Amino acid sequence: MRITQGCFSFLPDLTDDQILTQVQYCLDHGWAVNLEFTDDPHPRNTYWEMWGLPMFDIQDAKGVLFELEACRKIYGDRYIRLSAFDSSHGWESVRISFIVNRPNNEEGFRLDRAEAQGRVQRYATRAYATDQPEGQRYT
Amino acid sequence: MSEVGEARAATTERIDLAAEFAQSGVGPVLEQLDAELVGLAPVKSRIREIAALLLVDRVRAKFGLTSQAPTLHMSFTGNPGTGKTTVAARMAEILHNLGYVRRGHLVAVTRDDLVGQYIGHTAPKTKEVLKKAMGGVLFIDEAYYLYRQENERDYGQESIEILLQVMENNRDDLVVILAGYADKMDRFFRSNPGFRSRVAHHIDFPDYSDADLFAIGEKMLAGLNYRLSDGARLALMDYIPKRRDQPLFANARSIRNALDRARLRHANRLFTSGDSAIALERLTTIEEADIRASRVFALPPGRWTTGPGP
Repeated sequence: MRITQGCFSFLPDLTDDQILTQVQYCLDHGWAVNLEFTDDPHPRNTYWEMWGLPMFDIQDAKGVLFELEACRKIYGDRYIRLSAFDSSHGWESVRISFIVNRPNNEEGFRLDRAEAQGRVQRYATRAYATDQPEGQRYT
Repeated sequence: MSEVGEARAATTERIDLAAEFAQSGVGPVLEQLDAELVGLAPVKSRIREIAALLLVDRVRAKFGLTSQAPTLHMSFTGNPGTGKTTVAARMAEILHNLGYVRRGHLVAVTRDDLVGQYIGHTAPKTKEVLKKAMGGVLFIDEAYYLYRQENERDYGQESIEILLQVMENNRDDLVVILAGYADKMDRFFRSNPGFRSRVAHHIDFPDYSDADLFAIGEKMLAGLNYRLSDGARLALMDYIPKRRDQPLFANARSIRNALDRARLRHANRLFTSGDSAIALERLTTIEEADIRASRVFALPPGRWTTGPGP
């Protein structure tokens, strides 16, 4: 199951050229671009690992792609997402975020049902990937 | 229609190189360079060659011929005060106007910006600087300090290796300019042959002639809204060859220092003259006495002096 989250999620994955253009847009607006990766694809997992610090004083998108390449080299089998933070007054939040790398096969989620008191039914989604310990999920 | 077909069709037409030149905006860049920098003939001719290559490449692309961005990494060598740093700062702007670098900003670094203090600290530091310089020009001043021959465990070597790799792989993303004194740079290149071959342009900055230095001095003063009186002009012309004979002569830098001291004397003269009302004329004019007061005139030629120079 193809994970979709963030911007452009209903488009095919962006090519490097398209990523470059998006990043340049972010940099031209003075946003700090940040790379994060994870191997827990659950949509409620908001705590992705940071790849280094947010890149504050970069002027050209190639510098960000340089880091993305380095990140892919090590965590190419995981999800990598790129986000840009706008620190200007009144925003102070992430302005754009999209997935730039995903594992080759995404196994998707299992729906767990649990009966609770009475006729109440509780649901939980679990990524098949998380059956494995961290670091061995998409190898 | 295939590309080959197009290219063949294009062989019959001609492209007006002059019109292409006028359209490219290269002309004003070169004129500005000529107007603002005194002397430096080898530097100017190299920049003109690079500009010409850009133009020809564009025309070639119209005919469907392949053109690859040239390697533009440079090494500036020359004596102190010959304008290496000034030209490097200008170079970023020029290459941007010529369309070789995308942003045209200059990141000026020295050894301590690239090399870390402990194991594992150097690579991230160097990469950080390289990322910042992407799309612009990375200027490494006193580049020979990167390599310390006497210490084989020096972290500079690690920095050099990363630099070399990026200089090769990201040739169209950034231009690296190394600068330093000629003899030390020579030794640096000899112990790092990889650098020598990756740097395409070795530009030597010649010493300025006396006339050049005088022109530079006048330009500096004009930039500060000062002018020389006729007597002061003669004094400065006198001063330059005398200062050249002194040790620790640093070309344009020596002239700048001399003029700075002349400005001090000028200010002091106005201050002690006791006139409370001073005309604009006197505020902006440096007189002969301000320059003649220099110690250089009192010294026999060639005598060693301590300190930064008279």
